[in-house]
Amino acid sequence: MIIDPITFFVVGACFVLFMVFSLIRVGLGPTTPDRVVGLDTMNTLVVATMIVLGAAFDEVVFIDVAIIYALLSFVGTLYVARYLEGGL
Amino acid sequence: MGGLIYVLFGISVVFNGLGVIALIRFPDVYTRLHGATKCTTFGSIFTALGIIAYGFARGGAAHETLAIHTIVALVALLVTNPTGSHAIARAAHRSGVKPKGAVVDRLEGRS
Repeated sequence: MIIDPITFFVVGACFVLFMVFSLIRVGLGPTTPDRVVGLDTMNTLVVATMIVLGAAFDEVVFIDVAIIYALLSFVGTLYVARYLEGGL
Repeated sequence: MGGLIYVLFGISVVFNGLGVIALIRFPDVYTRLHGATKCTTFGSIFTALGIIAYGFARGGAAHETLAIHTIVALVALLVTNPTGSHAIARAAHRSGVKPKGAVVDRLEGRS
């Protein structure tokens, strides 16, 4: 092994902790765009966590899930932004 | 090679943490968007670079497949993340959210 495999789990646990903190902003944010920003940050962290866990478990499928999750969360963010503009 | 991967993971965790602290601590939606998006994009780039270095250093067909798929995920992240944050900022301005302490909006009424 090049690096200790426990490193992947430590990094993933840090990212999950950060996701909990951004969930605080989703619940607390005074305006709707604040909540959307928290959700967008959470999406990015989910993609990073999926990549790390894919390397941790030696599963390429996790990284494919991360690619699809990034694209779908982008579509969701655009949809919510369009809704806030009043275009829908 | 192992030291390089540890350094890349360290940078990624530190910058993602700074982005989340910015999300919690900053006063209004535009500064939160600035800090959170910039820092988490940078941190996620370094996470992906660490996994790419790990995959190519381990060698073998399975780990190189993992590294190449991670490159695709990195490209998807780099394309989608700034575009999404731009859309959120535009929507926030259009829906009438003012920056904290602003007294005049020179973009009022412009598209």
